[in-house]
Order: sequence, then C-alpha cells, then structure tokens
Amino acid sequence: MNLLWLIPTFPLAGFLILCATEGKLPKVVTACVGAGSVGLSAIVAALVGWEFVTSDSTSYSQVLWTWMVVGDFNVTISLYLDYLALVMVGVITGVGFLIHLYATGYMWDEEGYSRFFAYMNLFVFAMLLLVLGDSLLLLFLGWEGVGLCSYLLIGFFHTDPANGYAARKAFVVTRVGDTALILGLFLLFREVGTLDIQQSLDGARNIWPDGSVMNTAIALLLLGGAIGKSAQVPLQTWLPDAMAGPTPVSALIHAATMVTAGVYLIARMQDLYLLSETATLCVAVVGLVTLFIASFTALVQSDIKRVLAFSTMSQIGYMFFALGVGAWSAAIFHLMTHAFFKALLFLASGSVILALHHEQDMYKMGGLWKKLPIPFWSMVIGSAALAALPFTSGFVSKDAILLTAAHSETLGMTFWSVAVAAAFMTSLYTMRMMYLTFFGETKMEPHDKSKANMWLPLLVLSVLSIGGGWLGFTVLQTLFGDKGVHFELHLKELVAIATMCVPLLGVLVGYILFATKVFNRRKISDSALGKAVSRFWFVGWGFDKVYDTLIVNPFRWLARVNKGDAVDYLFRFTTLLARIFHNLLTVSQNGRLRWYALTMFSGLLFVLIVVALI
Amino acid sequence: MDVSGGIPLEHVIWFAITLFLIGVVGILIRRNVIFILLSLELMMNAAAVVFIAAGAFHDQADGQVMFMFILALAAAEVAVALGLVVQLSRRFKTLDIDAASEMTG
Repeated sequence: MNLLWLIPTFPLAGFLILCATEGKLPKVVTACVGAGSVGLSAIVAALVGWEFVTSDSTSYSQVLWTWMVVGDFNVTISLYLDYLALVMVGVITGVGFLIHLYATGYMWDEEGYSRFFAYMNLFVFAMLLLVLGDSLLLLFLGWEGVGLCSYLLIGFFHTDPANGYAARKAFVVTRVGDTALILGLFLLFREVGTLDIQQSLDGARNIWPDGSVMNTAIALLLLGGAIGKSAQVPLQTWLPDAMAGPTPVSALIHAATMVTAGVYLIARMQDLYLLSETATLCVAVVGLVTLFIASFTALVQSDIKRVLAFSTMSQIGYMFFALGVGAWSAAIFHLMTHAFFKALLFLASGSVILALHHEQDMYKMGGLWKKLPIPFWSMVIGSAALAALPFTSGFVSKDAILLTAAHSETLGMTFWSVAVAAAFMTSLYTMRMMYLTFFGETKMEPHDKSKANMWLPLLVLSVLSIGGGWLGFTVLQTLFGDKGVHFELHLKELVAIATMCVPLLGVLVGYILFATKVFNRRKISDSALGKAVSRFWFVGWGFDKVYDTLIVNPFRWLARVNKGDAVDYLFRFTTLLARIFHNLLTVSQNGRLRWYALTMFSGLLFVLIVVALI
Repeated sequence: MDVSGGIPLEHVIWFAITLFLIGVVGILIRRNVIFILLSLELMMNAAAVVFIAAGAFHDQADGQVMFMFILALAAAEVAVALGLVVQLSRRFKTLDIDAASEMTG
C-alpha cells in the first residue's frame, strides 16, 4: 500500500512529458505516454487495491508532505484510502485507461493529438487527487482541477466558436455550485476548526449530536457544489452542451468520472447528512426531480450524444436519490456500474459517429446493425444495462436503489413510484435510440476503420457491464457498514416484481412504438399538443430559456449599458484634478531665477509673519 | 547690553538686517549676474555679523568659529558661481540672468 502515491504520479508525469515536448513527439510515442501512464496507474491501483482488500484495515493514509502551516492551521498533502476511495480509484484508472486506449484510435486523425492526451492525463491526475485527498482543501484542489480540464476538453475543437461557448457555459455554471461548495467549506472550517475530512466528520458528530441549523446549512452548501459538478437540477444546463467535446471526453469526464464527483462528495461527507434530515431529503428530491426531467428530455432528442448526456444526468439523479434515501452503498454501486455501461455506450456511439464521418443526428442514421457489428452489440449490451434489464449490472444496482427507496420511512412509496416511472422512460428512450440508430432503413454508408485499440475497450467494458454487477455488491455493502439504512432483501413481493418488470415493459412499449407499425407514433407527435410537449422536452424543459431571460440577458444588458465603466468615473475625476493642479502650477515655473528668489523670500516672509502673530 | 566698545547689540542687529535687505533687494532687482553674486555675499556677511555680535555678547568663541565657516563657504560659492558666470557669458553673450530662462515648466 506504500505505492499509493504512485497512482496519481503517473498521469501527472504523463501530462508533464506531453506538455514539455509541445507535441513534437511522434504520434505513436504520444499514444504510449498518454494511455500508458493511466495504464500504469491502473496496474498500481489494482495492486494496492488487492493488498487493501486482503488486509484487515478499513482505511490507510499516507502523508506525503506538509502543504502549509499558518498558526494552528496545518494542511498536509496526504492520501487517504478506504473502500469508497478504492472504488473511485478503480473506476477512474480502470475505465479511464480503457477510454484512453480507445482515444488513441479515435483521435488519430485530429489536430492536437498530444494536447488532447496532455489534458486527459491532467484530468485523471486531478480526479485521483479529488478522491484520494485526505483534506477538504486537497479535495477542492482536485475539484477545481477537473473543472479546468473539463473546460479545456469541451472546447478542444477550438476553431468553432460554439464549442468555446459550450466550454465557457460549463465552466460558469459549475462555478455557481463551486461557490456554494467553498462557502460550505469555510463554514465547516469555522465550526470544527479543521479541514481534515475524518477529523471534521468526528468534530461534526461531537458538536452537533442531534443535528443543527448550522450542520444543515453546511450540508446544503456542499450539496450545492455537488449539484453543479454532477449536473443536477437546477444547475444541469451545461451537461448537454458539454457534448461539444470529443466523444472519449464525454465518456470519461461527462459520464464515468467527473460528473460523479458530486456523488462522491456527498458519500464522503455522509455523516453531515446523517445528522440532518432536511439535507438528506433535499438530496433525494434533487435526484428525483433530475432523473424525472432528464429521462423525459432524452426521449425527444435527435443528437445521439445528447440522448446519452440526458441519460447520464438522469442516472446520476438515481445516485443522488439513493444517497437521499439512505442507500449509500447502492449509490456508489450504481456509480460504478454506470461508469461501465455509460462509458461503453459513449465509446460505441463514438465508433458509430466516426464511421459516419462525425454525423451525430440519429434521424440520419439507421440500418447500421449489420454494417457495424461491434458497436452494435456493444450498444445492445450497454443499453440493456442502462435500461436495467435482468442479469445486467445496471439491473442489480438500480434494483438495489429502488427497493431501498420503497422501504424508506418517509415518502417511500411516492419516491418509489416516481423513480419507477422514470425507469420506464429510461427503457423507452433507450429503445428509441437503438431503433433510430441501428434499425430501419439505411440512410448513410458507414466506413468502419476501427482497429484493435478501439474494439478492445468496447469488449472489456461489455463484459464489465454485464458481469460488473455480480462481483461488486457484497464487497461494497461493507463500505458503509451500519452507518446508513440497512439494505435488506425481505421485501413486499409485489414491489420487487414491479421493479423488475417495469424496464421490460418499457422495452416492450418501445418496441411496439418504434419498431412496429401497430401504433402510429407520428399521430401523437404531430398533434398540436404532442408538438408543444415534445418541443418543451426537446429544450430540456426550458431551463436554458429561463436562465437566459433571468440572468444572462440582464447581465449582457448591464454590460452594454456600463460599457464606459461607471466606477471608473470616480478615478478619472482624480486624474482630472491632478492634471488641473499641474497646469496651474506649471505657470509659476517660468525659468526666471529672480522670480524664484522672490517667491522664496515672500514665502519666508509669510512664515515669519505667521510665527510672529502666533 | 553692549557688545564691545559701547555699541549696543540692538544696533548691530539692525545693521545686519539692513545689510541683509540690501542684499535681498539687490538679488531681486539687479539683472546682472555679477551684481547678484555681490548681493549674495552681502546677505551672507549680514548673517556673519550677527554671529560675531552674538558670540561677543555671550562671551563665547562659537560665533567667530561660525564666521570662519561662512568665509570658507563664501569662497567655495564664489569659485563655483564664477565658473557658471563664465559659461553663461559664453553661451548667451550677455550677463543678463533673465536670458537664461529656458527651463520653464
């Protein structure tokens, strides 16, 4: 376990190498450095993880050096490993390596090959810092680091101004959440006097044994940060636009790892939430609202990556929901399985997009299943896991969440029914995506040029998407022990069966709607009401418009009105005053010696008279 | 009240003031550099007279020591100033101080 520090070091080294060489390395070497560094840290992570699981300890921390000391305030750079961090590290390095490997093929023909891998390695480093950091300050460093990399990678194709706009939007919107987060950290530090995560949680338990307003405030502020990073309502608007980045970026940052940082934060600070019922309820409601809204939005999108973006949003909504109803282990478990199948879906759709020369509109695809067999079967497996069909990993994790929700004390059945309705929508939009992309009539001729480095990750992720569910859960259940609500499997039979059958029902309805002509779906979508509703869903329930009207446009108007910078007038007045006096006094400087002597003597006289009079 | 030889201190001070004011007025109204320098010397000597008188009045040698310093100062000043006067007359072909008023603000 002493090798723990090596895990974040490799990606950092990769980033530094790629940065220092300024893209002058041959492409093959760049690919080796870029993907290899993450691969090495995945190997180290596996070694460390194995040692950790077989040892008896539940946590391991490694102090590297002291960051800063100011009076009593002492921050060390130290890494902290427990089961939660181990799961995250496994996902980041494992899935991260597969995505890097895929990207070596996907990005081959693009400009800035080396720059891409430099950013990606920096991202992996920052994300590892986020999950391994022992103190909240280090966590925050990683938190901002991944935000920066997200910005850089969304705007990777920087020649198109729209991509730059999307990148800025993502940065600014998450910044709103980050502000809440840092306020929460300030408050927490003021109350418990330390930023060390374990110490501050102990402190919180001691100071607020029964919970308090302050505890709730801190928990809610941290939730604000998590909402921004994880694209939950009401700060979700940046995620669909973030799809402007290259597809491996969407898979790594905007599906598997960075957007789950919010889930990690709440899980890490769970003691704060256990002490406050209000905050916990807020987490659940935020998750529920998001997963509901996003699953409806995904149903009407035409861009395949946007479908997946909204689906990511709704799956993270499930995780928040799970955290809110006390299913801590299930939330982290769903985080892991979601990383597998969503990365798979993104990479497979990336292969489709690449084969169609960067065409992302699903209405222009169709009939591709025979021509692109590997992406097709990967998509089938990923979709099955996403829709939570039985015997996939998504099924195991989502069932765990839904069943725990049904058993939670307050509002259990209400929560359960909304979540199950969204699960139905999930399988419906998944069916629609599959049908539009792979079935029906062929509209474009694909050119599949993927090599082993592209289909191998798909293969591994497919295996994980199916099998990942069975190997993990028992291990993960020990993660939170008896802190959270117990996950018990003696259920009301009806609830269990309904939970299992709803996704199947969704698939069936989807099949009837999209693949057969039994029911004319055009009739619904072309009616006035249908058009209005689908328009409303298409724009993501109008959040963007509301924000544009309420915040963006007034701000732009203010900026336009204030072009001359009103505050500056004050300072311009000062310079004006100085200039006037300057002009006045230069008149007296006429170069005549006798004049100077006269002024000197009159001054002297004046002083003498004043002294004499006083 | 007397300094020495029956001259009252008050008279010496009035004499010094008069001498000083003659110097001041000389500087202010004369345009010839040489005369300005002469007026400066006058002013300096006025100060020196007060030092001497005060030294005699208090029966202390300090006043006379100060006079020696003033004398040395005057010599140095004249040495520099006469060099400047030579430069002035070479450049402007005149000794009028108002001709050298180029450094305006």
